Order: sequence, then C-alpha cells, then structure tokens
Amino acid sequence: MTGGRRHYGRGVTVIATESLSKRYPRVTALDRLTMQIEPGVTGLVGANGAGKSTLIKILLGLAPASEGTASVLGLDVATEGGAIRERVGYMPEHDCLPPDVSATEFVVHMARMSGLPASAARERTADTLRHVGLYEERYRPMGGYSTGMKQRVKLAQALVHDPRLVLLDEPTNGLDPVGRDDMLGLIRRVHTDFGISVLVTSHLLGELERTCDHVVVIDGGKLLRSSSTASFTQETTTLAVEVTDTDAHPDGTEALRTALAGAGLTVAPPGAGGEGLPGAGHVLLVEAGSEAVHDTVRDTVAELGLGLVRMEQRRHRIAEVFQTPGATGATAGTTADTTEQAAEQAAEKSTQKGGSTDAA
Amino acid sequence: MRPDTGNHPGTHPGAAVPAQRGEDASIHNIGYRHYDGPRLGRSYARWSLLVQSLRGAYGLGRSAKSKVLPFILLAVMVLPAGAMVAVTVVTGADELPMRYTDYVLVMQPVIGLYIAAQAPQSVSLDLRFRTVPLYFSRPIERADYVGAKYAAMTAALFLFTSLPLVVLYAGGLLAKLGFADQSTQFLQGLGSTAVFSVLHAGIGLLVAALTPRRGFGVAAVIAVLTIPYFAVTTVQAVAEFQANSATAVTWLGLASPGTLVDGIQSAFLGGDSGFPGFHEPGTAAAAVYALVTLALIAGCWAALMARYRKAGL
Repeated sequence: MTGGRRHYGRGVTVIATESLSKRYPRVTALDRLTMQIEPGVTGLVGANGAGKSTLIKILLGLAPASEGTASVLGLDVATEGGAIRERVGYMPEHDCLPPDVSATEFVVHMARMSGLPASAARERTADTLRHVGLYEERYRPMGGYSTGMKQRVKLAQALVHDPRLVLLDEPTNGLDPVGRDDMLGLIRRVHTDFGISVLVTSHLLGELERTCDHVVVIDGGKLLRSSSTASFTQETTTLAVEVTDTDAHPDGTEALRTALAGAGLTVAPPGAGGEGLPGAGHVLLVEAGSEAVHDTVRDTVAELGLGLVRMEQRRHRIAEVFQTPGATGATAGTTADTTEQAAEQAAEKSTQKGGSTDAA
Repeated sequence: MRPDTGNHPGTHPGAAVPAQRGEDASIHNIGYRHYDGPRLGRSYARWSLLVQSLRGAYGLGRSAKSKVLPFILLAVMVLPAGAMVAVTVVTGADELPMRYTDYVLVMQPVIGLYIAAQAPQSVSLDLRFRTVPLYFSRPIERADYVGAKYAAMTAALFLFTSLPLVVLYAGGLLAKLGFADQSTQFLQGLGSTAVFSVLHAGIGLLVAALTPRRGFGVAAVIAVLTIPYFAVTTVQAVAEFQANSATAVTWLGLASPGTLVDGIQSAFLGGDSGFPGFHEPGTAAAAVYALVTLALIAGCWAALMARYRKAGL
C-alpha cells in the first residue's frame, strides 16, 4: 500500500501516441503526434488551440483519431475506452460542479460513477477530500465555495477512484498566486505521496518548471519538444555574481570583471545572458569549472572591498527553449509560427519572471 | 466523520508517506491509501446514475428547497384519489367515481407541472453546470447516460401517476367493490400510466435537454405538453359538434401526446374515451395510435442521443 511504487516499474510508458492525428473539417487539431510519457508528473504545454484538449479527449477514448494510434496504461484508446476511463481520472478546465449539492455528496456520486461500491465510495470520498484539504466545508452546498475550494473538489473527483493516471486540464486557471502555489504543491503530492501519474496542461511554462518531471511542448498539433524538466533547467556551469558599487570602485561590476579576468577566470562579456532583466548590467556571468572558482570570486570581491549581493549557480529556464528554438534542439521544421510562439512565450515569461529568478 | 479521525485499522499514517520532502506536518497529511477493492464497471455506474436521477426527481439528495415542489404536486395528485375513496366508502357506492385509466388524463395539468419542474432538473442542470463531461470521463457511454436519465424520468413519472391509482385500488378493495373487477381495472390503469410515463418522460427530457437554462426548459415543457393538447381538443370539439365526424375526432387525437394516451387507453386498456362525443379509435386507428406512440418514443430517444453527441468533453 505504500504510495508510488505499486503500479509500475521504471520506464513503463503511461501514454504513448504514434503519428496521432485529428482533423476536423476546417482545422487540424493534432498533426502526426508521436510521443511517449512515462510515470511521474508531465506537463503538456501549448498555447490555446495547440491541441491539448483534443489530445485529452482522444486519450480518454471519447473521440476517434483521424489516423495513428494511442494507448493509455497499455490500453488502446480506440477499443478500450471504457477500461481506460475506469483507471484514469479527469479534471476539466471549466466549472463542472452543481451548486446546490455538497462536495461530499457530489464526490460520492462521482466515485460510484467510476464503479466503486457505495460504502467504498463514501470512505474514499472522506479520505480524498481530506487529502486535497477540504474539511468541514465539504458538507455545505458547493455554490458558496471559493474558486480554490472548487478546484480542490474538482481534483478530488478525479482522484476518488484511485486512478493510475490523472489528466488535469489547466488546474491553476483562475487561482490567485497563493492558490496557484497550493494547487501546484498538491499536484506534486499526487505523484510523490499518492503514486499517481499526472498529465497536467498549462499555457504557463513557469509553473510547470517547478512541478513537472517532464515537459511536452506542442504547438499547432505538432510535437515541439519533449524532454525532462531537468534537461530544460539543469544546473549550468555558469555562476551569476552581483556586487555593489563602492567609492573606490564606482562601477563595481566592471572592476570585478577586470579582476576576475586577471585571475584567469572566463567572464562573459557585458550584456551576455542579460535577457533584458532589470539590473542585468550588474550581473557577471562566470564560467565555473570547479568549486575553486567560488572561492576565487569570494576572495576577489573581498580584496576589492565590494559588497557581494549574490552568487548563484545559473539554471536554464524552460522558456529559453522558445527564445532560440533552432539552437536548443527543437524538432525539425521550426517554422515562422514557431518563432511567433517563441515570442509570445518570451513575453509571457517576462511577466512572471519576478520571484523565480532570484529563487534559483 | 472529523478529518482527524479518518484512520482505519491497518493504516500506518507515517509509513505510507515515503520520505516526505520538507516535513509537511499539516493535519491532512496522514498518508494515502490505495483502493484495491472491486470496481463494478459500466452497468453499475449506469444504475448509480439512474438511482441518483430518480431520487433527484423528488428532490432527495438535493437541497430542502428542491423537495418542496415535487412533494406538494404529489400530494395534489393523490388527494383527489383519497377523496374519491372516502366518498365511495361513506356513501357505500357500488363503483369508484372514476375509472383508473381516466385518472391520469384528468390530472394531466398537475402531471404536466411535475414534468415541467423535474425534467429540466434532471438534464438542464447537468448541461448548465457542465457536469456532463465528467460523466463521460467515467466508464459509461452516451447511451448509458441517456438511458439512465430516460429510465429515471420514466420511473419518477410512473410513481407519480400510479400512486393515486394504488390509493384508489386500496379504497376499492376496502369498499368491497369486487376483487377481480377492481384488479383488472387497476392493472389496465397501470398499463395506461406506464405508456403515459414513457412517452411523456421522453418528450419532457428532450425539450429540457435542448436548453441549459432551467427557466426556459420549464416554460418549453409546459408549452409543448399543453398547447398541442388544447389545440387538438378544441379542433376535436369543432369536428364533433360542427361536422359530427367521429373519424375526424379519433384521427385528430393523434396530434398531441395527451390525446394519444387517451386513444391508447380507450382502444387497448378498456378505458373510456375522453374525446368529445366519447369516440374510441377503430381498429385501424388504434394500430396507428400504437405506431405513432412507439415512433414518438423512439424519436425522443434518437434526438436525445444526438443532443449528447456534442455535449461531451
């Protein structure tokens, strides 16, 4: 009964698609999408209309693919939809809660709709609502709930039958920053504590960066990139250093740059890696081949009498994928609209930049 | 159950949380337990939806407010039957004041109100609050959803219309009106309410499912059930009293659900015709009545299925 390791071993595929396409009379929602998703928390990123919802519909066996195949938990979506839906939970993006029913009654009903006997449905409802953090209020009609509470109920109904995989469609939509963090933490726990794999869609890269093991980027129904979050955001060998100015050194950054170069370290030229950040001119990027570099930087700063504001290992951010699509190994065919998307994502990134850069 | 008493024998709170990062000591973190019990699948889910919808048709499992109307209407529905029984027993009459098959026809306005209130409750709310996609993310299929809703509405209507008949029957037996005679008529009455329920459940649900707005649904159901009925009976009356044409009266009866059931019960279930002039459908007309009824029911089913094709995820 311990969470996590019951259902699968390493490397078992949770979702696999093979040149999956979905064409509507006027739109191609999915275009020969081939990918594999392994156990863990996987983020599915794409702008609105990128094909995320269509993909979920097909994975639940609710819409036939125009061509290609897909399997979920080893079950074919075309022929075993019912069996898939028994083992998979789904949390829709939109509101789906009747206001005049209590959370308990609603989730019990949904548990029974998944095939749980009445007593098990009640027991698991109590457990699940507690796990998502809903207590006394669960006996009240849901019409009076806050958005955060509603999102928790929606998550609870997706988890109540102990699925092996949950599909969460934009679970942080409409939440304030605190609610967003709570929800992301909860999603992380769904995997780490409950042992349930998660596919979570979002159009915000920043939040997937923190939550997911793996990120799949689709655009225009095509796979843009699929790789682990670690490889997106792995620690680089670059060290970011920021110092204060003093009377002796009116431009502390420049003084340090010269001193470090003199000490034999490789320092990036001014403006590199700035990413348009406010104050980026005051950040020095230093190649850190070994631990000794940290000491050298510290000593040099001390000798110059500067104040060390910060010194940190740089991480790549997922958004960088979009900034230089050709160079970072995006799949072939990075066309004009990919670049457009990149621009869009970059813009979005700068709006949510605030806290996470310093937290790295 | 309070949140912190949710432990069960065999649960080891700490053990179930492998290496929790950050030592989250919040109260709800007592460990997740997997479910290894039976999963009863599609037919059980369909049955669960049926039961939930049937209960919902009487406001059970919903707010107190939603129980008021169905039970008031049920009382209004049963009271006349009680009064008839009382009169029969007290006066020692040798038959009930009304035939079983007539009761449902006479009470049509009350039944119409009930359908208008409960059919939108059953389907419009799911559409309006977009709960339908959640159902389709479960093992059930579209036909299961439509089937469960249809069966639940039919059962709710059948209960609603046959409860007064049960009261009448009990009264008939109490007044010693003859067991065999009463039982035959009672069963014919039940047959009539069954046909009535299946037909009207289909029409009510279909009309209600066309709009996610409950208010529109209520108005539309009332309109669909009453306007054709009154139009048909008016034209029938004209045909009877101006043209004196029995054939016209019986064939016109095909044109509204209420008169359709009237024709069915007088042709097949030993009831008295409620048409002007008390004309009963002839053999050919009776066959057409049966066919039209079946076609209407099938049509409602097909239209409901088509309605939910788009309502999925």
